[in-house]
Amino acid sequence: MKSIITEPMIPKPFRIHRKLKETHDTYTIELESTNGADGFPFSAGQFNMLYVFGVGEVPISISGDPSMPKMLRHTTRSVGTVTKAILKLRSGDVLGVRGPFGSHWPVNEAVGNDVVIVAGGIGLAPMRPVLYSFISHRDKYGKIILLYGARTPEDLLYKKELEQWRGRFDLEVKVIVDSATGSWRGNVGVVTTLIPRIQFDPLHTVAMICGPEVMMRYTLKELQNCGVKKKTSMFPWNVI
Amino acid sequence: MQTLEPYLAEHPFLKGLDPRHLNIIVGCASNVSFDAEQYILHEGEEAANFFIIHHGKVALEIFTSDRGPITIQTIGEGEVLGWSWLIPPYHWHYDARAIEPTSAIALDAKCLRAKCEEDHDLGYELLKRFAHVITQRLEATRLQLLDVYGVH
Repeated sequence: MKSIITEPMIPKPFRIHRKLKETHDTYTIELESTNGADGFPFSAGQFNMLYVFGVGEVPISISGDPSMPKMLRHTTRSVGTVTKAILKLRSGDVLGVRGPFGSHWPVNEAVGNDVVIVAGGIGLAPMRPVLYSFISHRDKYGKIILLYGARTPEDLLYKKELEQWRGRFDLEVKVIVDSATGSWRGNVGVVTTLIPRIQFDPLHTVAMICGPEVMMRYTLKELQNCGVKKKTSMFPWNVI
Repeated sequence: MQTLEPYLAEHPFLKGLDPRHLNIIVGCASNVSFDAEQYILHEGEEAANFFIIHHGKVALEIFTSDRGPITIQTIGEGEVLGWSWLIPPYHWHYDARAIEPTSAIALDAKCLRAKCEEDHDLGYELLKRFAHVITQRLEATRLQLLDVYGVH
C-alpha cells in the first residue's frame, strides 16, 4: 500500500469527512486524504501533528483502527487555541497532518499474556487503537480487560463502542465515574478501585495505562499490590 | 443446616481470621437481601449493623438540595458497607441504596461491640481490618477530590 505521508516535516492536506460529538467538549474527527492516496499506516499509540492553517499545530493521539488506514481518526478535547479551532471546522474543511510520531504500545510483546488496559478520561482515545488491535487478533491473547474511569457518566467517550465491547464474551469491560446522579447504575469511585475486582494472572499480564499522571501512578501501585511486576506496565508519553 | 461460617471465612474482609473470633462473629450475623432501588440505610439513622456484601451493588449517596441524590461511591461483592457502627454516636453519615438486587450478611452492631469489649483481641483485629478499608477509601476520596480528569 502506498503511504500518504512521505515527508513527516511537511503537513499534508486532509479533509474532514465527519465530526462526531463524544462529550460536551470532546469530538472525534475523521479525516481522509485530499489526493486520494490509499493509506496512512500507523501503530497503536502514535500521534500526529494537526495543523489548522493560520492558527497553529498541536499533537493529537490517533484514536482509529490501525487496520483501517484509509480513515484517520483523532479524538480531541477543546482546551487550547488550536484544539478549539479544530473543533470549529466542519465536514469538508481541510487541515494539515504531519506524522505519525511517537512510540507504540507493546501489542506484539503482549501475545500469550493477559492484558489489563487502564484508561482515564481522554486517555481512552490513544488506547482505542490498542483495543482494535487486540480484538482483530483476539486468539493471540489471554484475558483482555479494559478498566475505564471518567469524571461523570456524561464525560464517557465512545459510549456505543463501550456497550458493544461490554457485550462481547471475550472482553471484560468495567467503567467507573468519579460521581453520578441517581440514574447511573454503574460503578462510582476511582478507577484504581476496579483493579482488586478483576481476576487475571499477575505473573503473565501486560498492563497498559493511559490517563492523568496521578491516576497512572496510583494504578501502577494497585497493580503491583496485585502482583504485577513493574517492567510489564507501559507508560505512554503522548497523553493529551 | 449450613451456617454462615464457611462463607464468612472466605470473604476477603474476614479471610484469615482466627476461627475462635470467626465463631463469635457468626453469632452476630444474619442473611439479608435487598431489592434494586431499596434503601439499606439512611443518613442520621442509628448504625445498627454493618454489611458484608455477598452479591450485588450498593450506591452510597449524599442528598443535595440542588442536584438531588449524588452517588459518591459504589460497593460490591467482596466489600463491606458501613463503619459508623464503630464510632460514637453510631449514626450513618450517608444514604445507601441497592442499585441491583443485593444479598449480604448483616452484623448486629450492638452484639459485635459487646463481643469486642469482652474480647479485645477480636476488637483489635476488627479495627485493623476496618482501618485498612478506611485508608483505601480515604485514598480513593482524595483522588476523586483531585478531579484528575477535569480541564485545569
